[in-house]
Amino acid sequence: MPETQQQISADEVAHLADLARIDLSAEERERLAPQLAVVLEYAASLDGVAGDDVPATSHPLPLRNVLREDVPQPSLTAEEALSGAPAVEQQRFEVPRILGDEQ
Amino acid sequence: MSDTLVDYDDAVSRYDPALGLEVHVELGTATKMFCGCTTAFGAEPNTQTCPTCLGLPGSMPVANRTAVESAIRIGLALGCSISEDCRFARKNYFYPDMPKNFQTSQYDEPIAFDGFLDVDVPLEGGGTETVRVEIERAHMEEDTGKSLHVGTSGRIHGADYSLVDYNRAGIPLIEIVTRPVTGLGARAPEVARAYVAQLRDLIVALGVSDARMDQGSIRADVNLSLAPAGSGTLGTRTETKNVNSLRSVERAVRYEVGRHAAVLDAGEKVFQETRHWHEDTGITTAGREKSDADDYRYFPEPDLVPVAPSREWVEELRGTLPEPPNVRRARLQEAWGFSELEMRDTVGAGALDLIEQTVADGAAPQAARKWWLGELARRANDAGTELVDLAVTPADVARVQALVEEGTVNDKLARQVLEGVLAGEGTPDEVVAARGLAVVSDDGALSAAVDEAIAANPDVADKIRDGKVAAAGALIGAVMKQMKGQADAARVRELILEKLS
Repeated sequence: MPETQQQISADEVAHLADLARIDLSAEERERLAPQLAVVLEYAASLDGVAGDDVPATSHPLPLRNVLREDVPQPSLTAEEALSGAPAVEQQRFEVPRILGDEQ
Repeated sequence: MSDTLVDYDDAVSRYDPALGLEVHVELGTATKMFCGCTTAFGAEPNTQTCPTCLGLPGSMPVANRTAVESAIRIGLALGCSISEDCRFARKNYFYPDMPKNFQTSQYDEPIAFDGFLDVDVPLEGGGTETVRVEIERAHMEEDTGKSLHVGTSGRIHGADYSLVDYNRAGIPLIEIVTRPVTGLGARAPEVARAYVAQLRDLIVALGVSDARMDQGSIRADVNLSLAPAGSGTLGTRTETKNVNSLRSVERAVRYEVGRHAAVLDAGEKVFQETRHWHEDTGITTAGREKSDADDYRYFPEPDLVPVAPSREWVEELRGTLPEPPNVRRARLQEAWGFSELEMRDTVGAGALDLIEQTVADGAAPQAARKWWLGELARRANDAGTELVDLAVTPADVARVQALVEEGTVNDKLARQVLEGVLAGEGTPDEVVAARGLAVVSDDGALSAAVDEAIAANPDVADKIRDGKVAAAGALIGAVMKQMKGQADAARVRELILEKLS
């Protein structure tokens, strides 16, 4: 493994795992920390290529204003919409009891 | 568990409140923000969804042009600058009301920023004071689905499971965020309310949303903090979510002022947290603690390209802005010569546009007001509907008033004309003709009725002959009865006095 300047602590891995709702063991967190550091290091290598005159971009194509007219299109039927739901009640998606708040 | 509260006047004498408002406006577009599903309120559950708004793999969003235009128009009406190039961003969180596990929103590049709203805050004893509320940003995002919590308590906590309807998921929202408003002192609750009220009026005038707070198409989050009086600092804030009526906005601010003051008086720290507003009891309760753990990992939405409104487009949209509602109201009040109370009643009854149009159709302002706020308001009330939904147009009302002024009908008959119009019997003139409502101006028929009344009431007739003109009332009544109300009382009086002079 190459020497990296990026450091990721096991605690940061735990935080990321928590955000992603992935349950990781202590051993997995220790193992993943240096691996994530390598990923970051790899991404950081772009900094050496792009100068200050190159703005950060989120799209590879110089496209702007791809917009749709406000005209209704057919929706799915409720049966179609619910066909992938593990459980359905009252024509709604049944989901586990929710803890915490709505955003 | 109830909170300790400090008396409101005491609290604001020792602490300076700072207010911040986040208002979500659900746009009235025909379709959702990023897909062509319809947006009607109250449809059967999960009948307005598609792969895009359900977040199914492979689906691709495309932004709604009308929603973007509405966002720009709202921004312009609030005096904002419009971004020359802005992106959408993903706000990542796990909650089942958002099936994609992220909300498409805007983060550091809102479409509109740096604006203001001059809010007319009513003063006790009449008049208003203008308070400038600075707008930090207005950005585009999408609404979430609706959860139904099933379980013993009916609330989130204690629910056994939840049922989700995604019809609302993806409906365009514009979130309008103020900068902290300080220096309000005891008036913070009223200013909060007046701000939301005026913003709602503006949204209605723009025609971008029905702005129904009762249906959730305008929702306010109220941020409040207290700092020691005169310190010039900002304290720790709480965010009270989903305050859904104007009155509740005012009450929620007032409640949080009292609660914060009690926490600070006890030497404790206010938790930075969301609070839930309880409409029924008028209190807030603790929700989620806001902390560094709030990590939404915003990043630019890769499936949508940036929106770069050309300056030409922005100026074109600026040209569509309506006169600001408060300016318009002041102008109309002046032009119509209405008192402040008459104007407030007019606005409260939703009759401003109707009266304006009725006046444009030829009626005098006070006559237009009399019909809309009198007879028609009564009928709307009886029918449990709004004035604007009555089956009568301003042109009809103007015509009825013209018929009164021409002497074709009197006030009483005019009410019957309106009744006919409301019942779908046609235009006022058609109703007059079909129901035979025109007053009898044929002097022959009137004259005969007057003669009959005189003959039937000789003693009254004698009094009038003796100069007791006031006694004519009894004869006029008899004639009007005979004519079934279809006579001009003034003309009847003339005839009686002629005959008995």
